[in-house]
Amino acid sequence: MTKRTDAVVTRRRALLAGAAAAGFLGLFTRGNAIELRGMPAWDPLSGPPPDIVKPGPWQFFTAEEGTAVEALVDRLIPPDPKWAGGKDAGCAVYIDRQLAGPFGRSAGLYMRPPFDEQATDRGPQSPFTPAQRYRRSLADLDEHCKGAFAGKSFAQIPDAEKDKLLSGLESGAVTLKHNTGRGFFELLLQNTKEGFFADPAYGGNRDMVGWRMIGFPGARYDYRDWIERHNETYPRPPVAISGAPQWTPRQG
Amino acid sequence: MARKLPATDVVIVGLGWTGSILAHELTEAGLNVVAIERGPWRDTSSDFPVTYAQDELRYHIRHELFLRPAQETLTFRHNARQTALPMRTWGTFMPPNGVGGGGVHWNAETWRFLESDFVLKSHLTDRYGAKFLPDDMTIQDWGVTYADLEPHYDQFEYLCGTSGYAGNLAGQKRQGGNPYEGPRSREYPTPPQKQPYGPTLWAKAAVESGFQPFPQPSGNLSQAYTNPLGVTLGPCTYCGYCEWFGCGNYSKASPQTTILPTLLPKENFKAHTLCTVQRINTDGTGKRATGVTYIDSNGEEWEQPADLVLLCAFQLFNVHLLLLSGIGTPYDPNTGEGVIGRNYSYQVTSAVDAFFEDQNFNPFIASGAIGMCIDDFNGDNFDHGSLGFVGGGYIGAVQTNGRPILGTRAPSGTPSWGAEWKKAVAEHYLSTYTTVTHGSCYSYKDCFLDLDPTYTDAYGRKLLRMTFDFHDNEMKMSQYLTDRLADITQKMGPKVMEKHPRTAPYNVNVYQTTHTCGGAVMGDDPKTSAVNRYLQSWDVPNLFVFGATAFPQNAGYNPTNTVGALAFWGAKAIREQYLKNPGPLVQA
Repeated sequence: MTKRTDAVVTRRRALLAGAAAAGFLGLFTRGNAIELRGMPAWDPLSGPPPDIVKPGPWQFFTAEEGTAVEALVDRLIPPDPKWAGGKDAGCAVYIDRQLAGPFGRSAGLYMRPPFDEQATDRGPQSPFTPAQRYRRSLADLDEHCKGAFAGKSFAQIPDAEKDKLLSGLESGAVTLKHNTGRGFFELLLQNTKEGFFADPAYGGNRDMVGWRMIGFPGARYDYRDWIERHNETYPRPPVAISGAPQWTPRQG
Repeated sequence: MARKLPATDVVIVGLGWTGSILAHELTEAGLNVVAIERGPWRDTSSDFPVTYAQDELRYHIRHELFLRPAQETLTFRHNARQTALPMRTWGTFMPPNGVGGGGVHWNAETWRFLESDFVLKSHLTDRYGAKFLPDDMTIQDWGVTYADLEPHYDQFEYLCGTSGYAGNLAGQKRQGGNPYEGPRSREYPTPPQKQPYGPTLWAKAAVESGFQPFPQPSGNLSQAYTNPLGVTLGPCTYCGYCEWFGCGNYSKASPQTTILPTLLPKENFKAHTLCTVQRINTDGTGKRATGVTYIDSNGEEWEQPADLVLLCAFQLFNVHLLLLSGIGTPYDPNTGEGVIGRNYSYQVTSAVDAFFEDQNFNPFIASGAIGMCIDDFNGDNFDHGSLGFVGGGYIGAVQTNGRPILGTRAPSGTPSWGAEWKKAVAEHYLSTYTTVTHGSCYSYKDCFLDLDPTYTDAYGRKLLRMTFDFHDNEMKMSQYLTDRLADITQKMGPKVMEKHPRTAPYNVNVYQTTHTCGGAVMGDDPKTSAVNRYLQSWDVPNLFVFGATAFPQNAGYNPTNTVGALAFWGAKAIREQYLKNPGPLVQA
């Protein structure tokens, strides 16, 4: 059982915020700098565990965007008889929650002008946050599909057409309205793979499907018994930060 | 207007490895020490406990423990003809942040540099003649020798509890250790870590090829260890979350697991976290530091007067602060004059991917510093006469992790998505093995650091600007090392093998290493070095600059052990020489 006092957690969260994006001049309403004199007391369970993503409605996507992203991630990682695809693995939910959080707003990144968007050899230079890029590119993709496929959205066209379009975006053969095709494809693919392989705490990798598929035992922390068992398959199933299905008693 | 705090004996900028070592040594000498740290306080139980430390997304992909570029970043260009653009997110390297600094999230590969590395220019010139070196190469001797630093390598290793097997014990070569290393005064504090399948198979292939592989020295400990300060570390459990992560087991050497538990309770020590030093203050003569000015997380400005100022920030930001404070002459690449920002260097790594059938390497059973290596192609351990380059690196099978977001590979030609990709990563995850080279990067006239004319940080200060690209010498070296690595890796019997030598131009989007070096290098001549052999500023004798900032060029090893040894070396000079007679320890 996790038991912790809210006061402690709140204080830790404030410290964490101080360490993160807001931790520089001008964004503070109160100070978080501390003077260390003596060893700070150890508050049990005082750390900042990850926020576990809960099922529920989209937090960032509109219903149409959510449908499109589910269709996109299900082609990038298609379902097969043995392993779920991107949609059932929760990759769209993962991306939705990431875009609603610090990642979506480029928290902590250097976002001061001028932006030289033409330069490709000196690191990413987009003035747009991931949330802005998804919003704009999904609208552009929708417009493209409706123009090219008689009013149909991406989710409504046949799989073969979806794959052709994705290949075109990847190669640069297909560009979208704001010239966002390839860049958006790369962002989406990276985020989809994150969703497939990140800890299920973040909304993807449902039932640890990505880990089971490749043979990764997950958030285990001790392999001393197996390091010298050379070329032998590790016998135990994966666990996640929040545990494993077999640890949770089933109701009834 | 800055509010003035009571004066202290010593102010330390940055509380990572070097700041912690210096604070420990100088509080032991009875001085009052104040450390100022830009990032937050961090500890094992609160920031990376075993209950959730093993989170690839949070710590690796989202950079939880690192400096935020919004706090401070730098601009980058390949050459002086380009306009430098800001590193808006991190890619090629990961500047640390917070108490413990890079010591929190390193892989803990704990190498010593070669004896010849410290006298590189003289050594290469003696052996091959001055004309053998490229005209624009600006390598130089360090001003210290391996023999000077040996006791301090030993100090750092015994602080950390480093796991390894000596190959040269007081001049006596020993089978099973590195035959090329300089003499060690004693055995490693703890025996080597255990090896998983991949390194074992690679070592067998290396022996068949006539080499003497040895276990990589590791700061992730093979067994529990109590260091000379009385702090105990636990045994590594091979979880595979080292680099980018804090260790939840107290088994990776870091300031938190080796020094801070004895440093923080001291009456004559205190630290301020989430406070950013703006500049080093000097008096009217410019020859004496009077302390530092910093801004806390309320945006309030403070002046901390001190008799002695120690720059212990990350390499890049030591140089940034020197430039912002107007200490020393900034380097001018056109004339070759000036020293602040001169001789920036990096590290040249490469890899060979080997795809097998019916082999299971369990890549997730890993530690940041296990592995089997050979040192035959490092430094000048091999004859470069016919090769057309200088430098080298260690090569080997180093199993650091099997984390799946970035750790799934498929042979070239596999689509990057779709059914084929999915099938390929499922097939290859357990049966793919990557071997690596870790090579030197020498210094050049056109690789340097200065202040950016356009971009500013959150405080309105000019950002640091990096001008850097790989040179032919290093690319030839990488090709050669990668070929030698592939010769051995091929003997492991892969079905498909792919070589990935490093190639120019330098790609800042892709992580390579965080071994940024130089910019305020040490040496015997104030015309070509910013600090003397004791890391003391030639211009401002009550200022010392620690860290890889001092490396005149980088060797083919991970830098931390040398950074630690230099910290103890500098601390000894301060305690035994400077405090008795404050002033220049070397006459220019």
